[in-house]
Amino acid sequence: MIRIPCPHCGPRNSSEFRYAGEGRPRPDVRNTTPPEWRGYLYERQNAAGWVRENWYHTAGCRRFFAIERDTVSNEVRTVDR
Amino acid sequence: MLTEHGLRWPAAELPREAGRAISAAYRLSPQPGEVLDRSRRFRFRWDGRDYEGFAGDTIVSALLASGVRYFSRSFKYARPRGVLTASFLDPNCTLQVGDEPNVRAAHRRLRAGMDVSPQNAWPSLRYDARVVNSALGRFLTAGFYYKTFMKPQRLWPVYSAVLARFASGGRTQPDATHGYYDKRYAHLDVVVAGSGPAGLAAAVSAARAGARVMLVEEEYEIGGHLRWGGPADLARLAELRAEVAAEPGVEVLADSVVTGRYDDNWLAILERGRPGGGERLIKARAATLVVAAGLVERPFVFAGNDLPGVMLGTAVRRLINLHAVRPGSRAVVLTGNDEGDAAAADLRRVGVDVVRVADARRGEGISRATGRGSLRAVELTDGSRHQVDLLVTSTGWTAPTSLLNMAANRPVWDATAARFRPGSDLPDTVLATGGIVGDGSTEELAAHGEAVGREASARARGDRPAPVPPLGVHPHPALFRGPTHGFVDFSEDVSSKDILAAAAEGYDSSELVKRFTTATMGPSQGKLEVVNTVAVLGEAVGRDMAELGTTVWRPPYAPISLGALAGRIFEPVRRTPMHGWHEAHGAVPLVAGQWIRPDSYGDPHAEARAVRRAVGIIDVTPIGKLDLRGPDVPELLNLVYVNKWSKLAVGSVRYGVMCAEDGVVFDDGVTGRLGEEHYLMSTTSSGAATVEEWLENWLQTEHPDWRVHVTALTTAYASINIAGPQSRTLLSRIAEEPGGGRMALSPEAFPYMRVRGCRIAGVDDSLAWRIGFTGELSYEIHVPASYGLHVWEALLAAGEDLGATPFGVEAQRILRLEKGHLIVGQDTDGLTKAFSAGLAGLVKLDKDDFAGKPELLWESQGPIESPRLVALLPADPMLVPAEGSQIVRGSARIAGRVTSSRLSPELGRSICLAQVEADLAEPGCVVTVVLPDRRRVRATVAPQLASVDPDGSRLRG
Repeated sequence: MIRIPCPHCGPRNSSEFRYAGEGRPRPDVRNTTPPEWRGYLYERQNAAGWVRENWYHTAGCRRFFAIERDTVSNEVRTVDR
Repeated sequence: MLTEHGLRWPAAELPREAGRAISAAYRLSPQPGEVLDRSRRFRFRWDGRDYEGFAGDTIVSALLASGVRYFSRSFKYARPRGVLTASFLDPNCTLQVGDEPNVRAAHRRLRAGMDVSPQNAWPSLRYDARVVNSALGRFLTAGFYYKTFMKPQRLWPVYSAVLARFASGGRTQPDATHGYYDKRYAHLDVVVAGSGPAGLAAAVSAARAGARVMLVEEEYEIGGHLRWGGPADLARLAELRAEVAAEPGVEVLADSVVTGRYDDNWLAILERGRPGGGERLIKARAATLVVAAGLVERPFVFAGNDLPGVMLGTAVRRLINLHAVRPGSRAVVLTGNDEGDAAAADLRRVGVDVVRVADARRGEGISRATGRGSLRAVELTDGSRHQVDLLVTSTGWTAPTSLLNMAANRPVWDATAARFRPGSDLPDTVLATGGIVGDGSTEELAAHGEAVGREASARARGDRPAPVPPLGVHPHPALFRGPTHGFVDFSEDVSSKDILAAAAEGYDSSELVKRFTTATMGPSQGKLEVVNTVAVLGEAVGRDMAELGTTVWRPPYAPISLGALAGRIFEPVRRTPMHGWHEAHGAVPLVAGQWIRPDSYGDPHAEARAVRRAVGIIDVTPIGKLDLRGPDVPELLNLVYVNKWSKLAVGSVRYGVMCAEDGVVFDDGVTGRLGEEHYLMSTTSSGAATVEEWLENWLQTEHPDWRVHVTALTTAYASINIAGPQSRTLLSRIAEEPGGGRMALSPEAFPYMRVRGCRIAGVDDSLAWRIGFTGELSYEIHVPASYGLHVWEALLAAGEDLGATPFGVEAQRILRLEKGHLIVGQDTDGLTKAFSAGLAGLVKLDKDDFAGKPELLWESQGPIESPRLVALLPADPMLVPAEGSQIVRGSARIAGRVTSSRLSPELGRSICLAQVEADLAEPGCVVTVVLPDRRRVRATVAPQLASVDPDGSRLRG
């Protein structure tokens, strides 16, 4: 089980967190198009390598935060907010 | 094929084992390194007869000492099998002990009174009916099961029943007591897996450098191969053990295994032999893992290599030196290394007549072993033939690199050492020492372990990794198979011929051959078999070991009981403050997520009628409650609900529906404005946690500038819904204004969809909402949770003359169905957008923004083709179509389904909610419903969702 460096609580087992994904920016709802919106809903990079992703500390501080993770090695590093 | 194995027709019936009160004819005089306590004798039973052994014996060593030679019948051919490795990995010594199946009896310590029986024998070990398989052996080649039992598929139940008879494995007793299983969490600097000289030295040096160390040993005592060594080994072992004992920083776990290594050195450590016999799973996080798993001796492949009496060198040395058992009387030894030489010396020392030592380093070898049911003779490659009852082979080693594989390390073939060794790409958090990485004298192994332990400790402190000089490698002859064919995998009954057959069919890689033949897939998981499998495959396809590579070991390294994995049950159960009352009053429990709720108190129809006629109360504490405070709460509500919230007045309540960003309905509930900047949101019981997280997501990621504070209050309040025409009268009897004095409850003073602070049954800080899921005049009250039972009882007492009746979830479901109120997740599904759920009137597309708006906007712009939620009235009023019944068009095309159905006590007929395709949703439309028993019935779409009080006069009165 990987450890997630929570910026508020320190490193904890990933079972304390919920994975909140890559976090695509939300399009402007006033003038979005179906392709753009559905990209936001469903399309993810799913890259092999370093990605920036969001986690939610369900069993801790209940804060969302971003980390970087190498999806190949599961190595994790913190990011500047 | 089987003639090649040395047994033309293996005897179905074996000779009777000697003796009644069993004499220990094969027990040796005390040995220097023996682990027996000869002052403690244990009686136990084996196959229905009494035996004796000493404390410290394994089940198998005690039986061997008494002359027992057969322990099992093999998996496919039911061939008689005896001891092979005399260790945990022994493929032939898996036995039933009492009600515990699959006990590794060459490892498990004997206890007084054990009732041990064979488990892969039918009807008995002596006479096994399945030997017929041997006669049919040529039909049971690799892939036999895949090819034979697949077709026709309708016969699978028959195949399955027959195969179950033939499958190995013990008996589980469904009524056996569930052992006590627990878990432990450990946070360590260094975990050392394995306690040979290298592992012991590593643990000591890591601890001396300041690390907290856990030393894990699979066997009952630490020491590895030194334990069955000569006087020098025993002396060195005593020193190393003393050093470990003197080190307070080392926790020693014997009879325990590091069985899995996961990301960031998250280790699964199985602790066996806990008091009471149970297993415990330790979840350990280690800064550094030192793998010192040693080496596993591998069998040699030749005809007859599975005959009882054919053993490995290490088996013989363990039996003689640890358990004082003489493994035979006349022996041939095939040796390719020091271990085989030492085995020959040990045998001679204890009086076994070693008639011949065949030295593989000089090109000598074995052709075949023969015997009926057990070893009688050995034929060497020089043509000589020897009548013996013991054949010992020491032909090479397998490095159990399992834990290293789990750290993404792939072993590489080392032709010099004739074994796979770890690759060079270990992560910094994992180190390896001892036989698994190289060869050396005891001192060289200990010195390497010491250096590795120091480095492990340094890395645990955060020092930059430094390389440890490697151990050397000694040359070893490459020995896999003699000139004949024999078993490669004993537990799966796979022979070298099966591997050749698989290669001939085109399975030309290790991984393919493994899956096709099942070689390495039995209980020993390749630790004994993998190298020989790859070697025979290499022979067949003309490729060398380095090119073919080995299969990858995955967790678990050692078998682990499901009980240990499950541990104690920590699944939280949530009970409301009124739970005890419900139980005492005959409530039928309903498990709703984590909550236990009263489904009914015996008669849900009577409960529903009481609500419609008089008044009922229901415990709705699990309703989600989120306290929202701050000036920007209306912004948040506008965003998360599809309807408008800007103008909600203080004291007002609104029903809202939440859609996800894809427009699909995901929760609903009412939210009331309690103060200028203070709101209370209610959610479905199951959605409370999800909605809270969703609100936080919006607030933290999209709108961090909004000033809103969310606090979960679900369990802070006990909630009771008071429903029915008499609910106003009932509430008025116990409700006061916050400052005192009778609470004004008239329709004018407290109209529908309002919320008020109040004092109920003397309890301050309570809330009353005028809302109603049941369709009746009703009030929902929230009182501080610790007063829940008090208020519940006060309501029943105050309402006795009114006929106040407690009702459960089932009655509530009937009532809400009569009223046509949907349940998110039951009447909607993962594709139901707001329009499909009959919620079109709620969706305010003129709002700037809300979750899911673009999807709902686009849907509203075209013809809405998605299904609609409608009420259905079956033509037969007494027929209640099961929930989930399909609605079809023509013969079979699915056009919808029944989402809720009940018999309505109010209407005296069945009513349903259903999702149907848009063109079937018109009132009066007759649809066809297919029942689970395939009957087809008709039902008519009702004019509106509510079957009772469609205009809402009861609710609003």
